[in-house]
Amino acid sequence: MATTESAENVVIRFAGDSGDGMQLVGGQFTRTTALFGNDLATFPDFPAEIRAPAGTREGVSGFQIHFADHDIYTPGDETDALVAMNAAALVTNLARLREGALIIVNTDGFGPADLSKARLDSDPLEDAALLAPFRVVKASITTLTRGAVEPLGLSTKEADRCKNLFALGMVYWVYSRPLEPTEAWLGEKFSKKAQILEANLAALRAGRNYAQTLELFQDTYSVPPAKFEKGRYRMITGNRALAIGLATAAQKTGQNLFYGSYPITPASDILHALAPFKNYGVTTFQAEDEIAAVCAAIGASYGGSLGVTGTSGPGVALKGEAIGLAVMAELPLVVICVQRGGPSTGLPTKTEQADLLQALYGRNGEAPVAVIAPTSPADCFMAAVQAVRFAVEGMVPCFLLSDGYIGNGTEPWQLPDLDAIPDIEPGFRTDPEGFEPYMRDPDTLRRPWVVPGTPDMQHRIGGLEKQDGTGNVSYDPTNHQHMCELRAEKVKRLQRLIPPTEIHGDPDGLLVVSWGGTWGAVRSGVDAVRKEGQRIGMIHLRHLNPLPTDLGDILARYDRVLVPELNLGQLARVLRQEFLVDARSFCKIQGQPFLTREVAAAIREEIAR
Amino acid sequence: MSAQYKKKDFMSDQLVRWCPGCGDYAILSQVQTALAELGRPPHEVAVISGIGCSSRFPYYMNTYGFHTLHGRAPAFATGLKLARPELSVWVITGDGDALSIGGNHLIHLLRRNVDLNVLLFNNRIYGLTKGQYSPTSEVGKKTKSSPMGSLDAPFNPLEVALGAGATYVARSVDIFTKHLKSQLVDAEAHRGTSFVEIYQNCNIFNDGAFTAFTEKAVRDDRVLYMEPGKPLVWGATTRYGLAIQGLDFKAIEITDEEDPRVLRHDPSNKILAHFLARLDGSDGMPVPVGLFYRQARPTYDSAFADQVAEARQKLGNGDLASLIDAGDTWEV
Ligand code: SF4
Repeated sequence: MATTESAENVVIRFAGDSGDGMQLVGGQFTRTTALFGNDLATFPDFPAEIRAPAGTREGVSGFQIHFADHDIYTPGDETDALVAMNAAALVTNLARLREGALIIVNTDGFGPADLSKARLDSDPLEDAALLAPFRVVKASITTLTRGAVEPLGLSTKEADRCKNLFALGMVYWVYSRPLEPTEAWLGEKFSKKAQILEANLAALRAGRNYAQTLELFQDTYSVPPAKFEKGRYRMITGNRALAIGLATAAQKTGQNLFYGSYPITPASDILHALAPFKNYGVTTFQAEDEIAAVCAAIGASYGGSLGVTGTSGPGVALKGEAIGLAVMAELPLVVICVQRGGPSTGLPTKTEQADLLQALYGRNGEAPVAVIAPTSPADCFMAAVQAVRFAVEGMVPCFLLSDGYIGNGTEPWQLPDLDAIPDIEPGFRTDPEGFEPYMRDPDTLRRPWVVPGTPDMQHRIGGLEKQDGTGNVSYDPTNHQHMCELRAEKVKRLQRLIPPTEIHGDPDGLLVVSWGGTWGAVRSGVDAVRKEGQRIGMIHLRHLNPLPTDLGDILARYDRVLVPELNLGQLARVLRQEFLVDARSFCKIQGQPFLTREVAAAIREEIAR
Repeated sequence: MSAQYKKKDFMSDQLVRWCPGCGDYAILSQVQTALAELGRPPHEVAVISGIGCSSRFPYYMNTYGFHTLHGRAPAFATGLKLARPELSVWVITGDGDALSIGGNHLIHLLRRNVDLNVLLFNNRIYGLTKGQYSPTSEVGKKTKSSPMGSLDAPFNPLEVALGAGATYVARSVDIFTKHLKSQLVDAEAHRGTSFVEIYQNCNIFNDGAFTAFTEKAVRDDRVLYMEPGKPLVWGATTRYGLAIQGLDFKAIEITDEEDPRVLRHDPSNKILAHFLARLDGSDGMPVPVGLFYRQARPTYDSAFADQVAEARQKLGNGDLASLIDAGDTWEV
């Protein structure tokens, strides 16, 4: 007799071939779970090839979701339940499973051809020792799906495309989730394809019924809703939140936003999200290359629009010269870098934080820019608004350093109060009286933004060094030094826009410093070790340049400083250089986010040192 | 002809710093004259350049100006035009800037047909970096970087432009002042990317590159001034006309300007334009100047603006609150 147990938190991983629709069912499970009220975090993990050879280990596409009745910050370390649609999906994911984990396998994906494509000499399902630590539920999902949709007269190929929904139906049963949200979603998606809709619904229901009636599972689980702050919520990916943030910034500035971009993983979804926002004052331009994308964005900024370009690390490398021109011309520009594994083409679909130094310093000459890194998928919204504000208020490029993990990951987003976001003042100058192109506001050092077409204010700008004030080309040695220092000081003064740094945990002992997308894992790791009675404080840096004014004082208050990063110690290097503090690195550079236990172990090790 | 603006309204207060005798001076003068004639107020004109001798151009114009990056002026100008479609935008570039480092941007600008004027100053040499062979230098050119002669075959800028789908392709010469000015006025009138190659003498590093046909004494014998609808004829004393032989041209001696064997110029004929673009003054053939090709095709910037207007008409002005509060939301 099956019983329903209550669980605090669960990690599920759907794994199958790239063509098996695992991202789709993962997305559906996420949606249903969000509507149910659990806190959650997701981690889509897919191959670089659109369709890597079917059935191979390289072609395995995974989607992990962590959901809980309390606040969670990561997609989870170990998997409690794995859905494996074929042999390759099983063997490549075994290492992620905790002892006692549930595995649902599609036995139809373990034929001789599947085994050979997965480079297996024998069937792992026959290997009792291999599977002994787990609870394995075997189901011939492909065959069962064909049976379920048979009355609808689909081709075998069409029938097989429903098998992911059969698997999803099984998982919904195990975790006591309703089918209705997915049924409604399918109804909308296939509103014009009645036959396909019926087939998908039949497969979903058959999967649930199969799991229920055969009592294949010893237990089912229910994860009660989490306690959220009061408000309205929706699920959001980082890339989409970022796009909505840019549209918001456009309206807050009262200017059009121009997004110049060239397709690149994992940033293309921002372009896809922005392209339909034409009625929001957002225009998109798919350029011929990365360089043209940024140059067109700068051209648009010169014309009084908010120029934004989006890319990943390799694209930033190509845009460097143009970003330097925006520094020199003192025009606003937002550069979005959704970081991925590097160098070179690296690991296009995997995450990394190794473009921090490139964002800070990757240009010829002294070319300071502002750098902001969002903390989580939902935070991309506010980070995008801030990046536009920094760029406009500093007349300077501002980097937005997201990463593949944040960009593709999802989490519940508490819908913002739009009225609470202050306007961004573009400060266009139209008064020719006393105008000089490089005259400055004495406090912010910002130069005026003058849109071509404004009468009687014609002037010339460009990449040659400018004389402060007149903006005329100047080769004067002392002017060059003055301008280099001034451009740096202008960026530094953007500190006025940075709120005080929040300290989580203890005011002394070990300080753990995180930045960007590692916030969740670092915070979970810190909390885990604090529970063991250690004194640990944690700060998270959203602003990497300029750094917050209070940062030096905070660093000085702690005995030791540990900086976990998905690179070889880039922020640690910056902190050491800026503050002469003995910041130590904990580095992981595997294309994968931190696990909570990895961070916790590093903290324990640092304390024991 | 507008009486409102004079050439000096387009002249900036900056000291012009090209080498004395450089062909750029003559071009600057004709651009300023043409703009005055066009009657556009200086503040409605933006001049965008890349890097090179010619790209210093914006500093000398009393218009809005942006001296950008090597080869990238077409991309900056595209962004500006999309943001401010009401401006008259001019791209100033050279043979190295447009055809070497910036080749990609040039061809994509031309295929998109953004409403800009591109003036390519072709002096067949790198001037600002002091005399290396360029992508339009003849094979075997001896320069500092090619002491035994350059190895690469040159581009023909007009064929590149036609191949890339340009909707307006023309050529003039720095010292053909009247011709140049009227070509510029005509280029501005065209909606779309107007591509004008201007032969420009670099008297320091490639002096006399075009004298074989531009010298006063030989000019009328070697240059074919093309005019839409008129016969393609040239020659000071002996008159010649362009006629068809097989799949190519031949030059025929004529006595009658209206000789029926002679082709009439038709700038809407792209095949003719390709043939004309290949004439380089060799084999008794002339060097054509004037308009090679013109095609009416919707511009990228107008189509871009139309999509925005269509979206606003269909969907109304975007309401952020409903954009945010969309999909599956839930209340806590
Ligand atoms: S180097 Fe040649 S092209 Fe450059 S300014 Fe001097 S003469 Fe003109």
